[in-house]
Amino acid sequence: MSERVLDVQKVSKDYGEHVVTHALRDVSVALDAGEFAALIGPSGSGKSTLLNLIGLLDRPTSGRVVLAGCDTSALDERALTTLRGKTLGFIFQAHMLLPAFTALENVMMPAWAHQGVPDAGVRARAAAMLDDVGLEALKHRRVTDLSGGQQQRVAIARALAHRPALVLADEPTGNLDTQTSDGVFELLRRLNRELGTSFLIVTHDPRIAARCDRVIDLVDGRVRSDQRRAATPVSPPP
Amino acid sequence: MPFEWFVALRYMRDAKAQTSLILAAVSVGVSVIVFLSALINGLQASLVKQTLGSQPHVTLHPPEEQARPLDDGKVAVARTIEKTTQRLKSIDEWPKALATVEDVPGVIAASPTVTGAGFAERGNAKKAVVVRGIDPERFLAVIDVAAKTTLGRFDVSGANVVIGKDLADDLGAGVGDKIRVSTTEGQSDVETITGVFDLGNKPVNQTWVLTSLREAQSLYALPGGATTVEIKVAEVFDADRIADDIRERTGLRADSWMKLNAQLLVGLRSQNSSKYMIQFFVVVAVALGIASVLIVSVVQKSKEIGILRAFGTPARRVLAVFLIQGGLLGLMGSFAGCALGALFSIGFERLATNPDGSPTFPVDLNLRLFAGATLLAVGIGLVAAVLPARRASRLDPAEAIRHV
Repeated sequence: MSERVLDVQKVSKDYGEHVVTHALRDVSVALDAGEFAALIGPSGSGKSTLLNLIGLLDRPTSGRVVLAGCDTSALDERALTTLRGKTLGFIFQAHMLLPAFTALENVMMPAWAHQGVPDAGVRARAAAMLDDVGLEALKHRRVTDLSGGQQQRVAIARALAHRPALVLADEPTGNLDTQTSDGVFELLRRLNRELGTSFLIVTHDPRIAARCDRVIDLVDGRVRSDQRRAATPVSPPP
Repeated sequence: MPFEWFVALRYMRDAKAQTSLILAAVSVGVSVIVFLSALINGLQASLVKQTLGSQPHVTLHPPEEQARPLDDGKVAVARTIEKTTQRLKSIDEWPKALATVEDVPGVIAASPTVTGAGFAERGNAKKAVVVRGIDPERFLAVIDVAAKTTLGRFDVSGANVVIGKDLADDLGAGVGDKIRVSTTEGQSDVETITGVFDLGNKPVNQTWVLTSLREAQSLYALPGGATTVEIKVAEVFDADRIADDIRERTGLRADSWMKLNAQLLVGLRSQNSSKYMIQFFVVVAVALGIASVLIVSVVQKSKEIGILRAFGTPARRVLAVFLIQGGLLGLMGSFAGCALGALFSIGFERLATNPDGSPTFPVDLNLRLFAGATLLAVGIGLVAAVLPARRASRLDPAEAIRHV
């Protein structure tokens, strides 16, 4: 059996004090290493809330989030930040790169921020990652000088440069045209295959969802369905 | 390069307009502080120098004579005790007092003198004067009259005297002329003028007659005596403290120039308070400027800060990014400000000059002033950055990212 990367156990999240909104109710989801899953559902179904909880950006009202074998409910803010930096990668809808920096600097940033002074490996890994996403020639360009598709590739490289166990992608192709969007998706799939990183992709796009190994459907804060496709999860490389 | 420095520098470079604006504000603020300090310190130094050009820092006198009731233990002879007159008298064992004084820390020169009142006559002119018998070598170490001798030479040996410029004018006498000096004790002697000095102080120029210690001792019938010991100290504003020290060690009356020029000191102090007041408001204005620019920057970059936090940047690193920006703005602004302030000061000094070419407003620019201004500016930058930096470090990443 593959290693479990994420285990969300009976998580609920309420907002508001007087008028309480139940954003999530008793949601349980588990993800194994190397899984490539889509999280779908209509607006307001709780996708972003669940992503924030898994991303350790927010805490559940009840239930537990176990990430890479670590129960996060007992951790303080500082430990959460460290765990987030080590085990998670984020890809956002709008690439969310830092406009003042070059592509390479953006990709180095997570490890850099974590270490303080980056070692030689950080730069080498970031450069290799940019090569991997096909931006070898553009790594010293400011990210503001890149096209939308290129920016999203930089964001992907950034999310994966420090080899996280799980990448959370929030509408990674939402802002791209169909052709570019396909390219970006193929890149994610390839990295999933080659690096064995687990992906959880929030998407509205049924075409994208259909090409994932597993589709988790969230409605009104509950899991309506959780289906694996015939092609079972990719086993992590030995 | 450490993450915090790299990000801080890039943010400053990236927001060129904001950075230049705030640098300009800091430079102007620092230049005002430098200019004001240089001007006021220069003025004060020149005032003090002028005041001390013709007086010792500390003067030692014999204790005042006091009348004591005659009391044989049984009956008081007098009902009232009248104040006694003060005659000119020598300090008891002054060479011993002199040696003691020279051992006091902070004292750099001491000179025994016989100083008394008298008259100088030439032809029909008769002027009241202060006769000062001196040991030239020692006296010149306390008050350098030789350097201020404008006519003739400084020679007080034998029956030679050096007199003030205005006294020479009043007597119509010049170098080589003879004058009769008589004392209030009734003695008189004929002296030859060998030099005329100008100490830049009219009352002194009008009254001083400098002669040898021996000559004055004979004029005032104080053989081997000295009526005062005049002292120069290393730090002029330590004079009060040193005078106290000397008083304690010798039991003699010791007056510092600060006591004798209390009004001047009050003036200097109030000048200082106004200087500090202006500097305080400049500091507040600069601090508010830096803080407001940084707060705007934090608000503008809240999304980016959220991203940094989301991928695991510790809050303390975000805090440091903004503190570094504040400190650097202060440091860079202070360099420009010091240069600007120095330029203002030198320009101002050149602008107004006395007829003799010396500046009307001498300025005092020194390394300590620049170092102080720089430290102050860096401090202001850091303090001003605390609020924005804390705000940045406490941004909720989920909240910051949500507002795309």
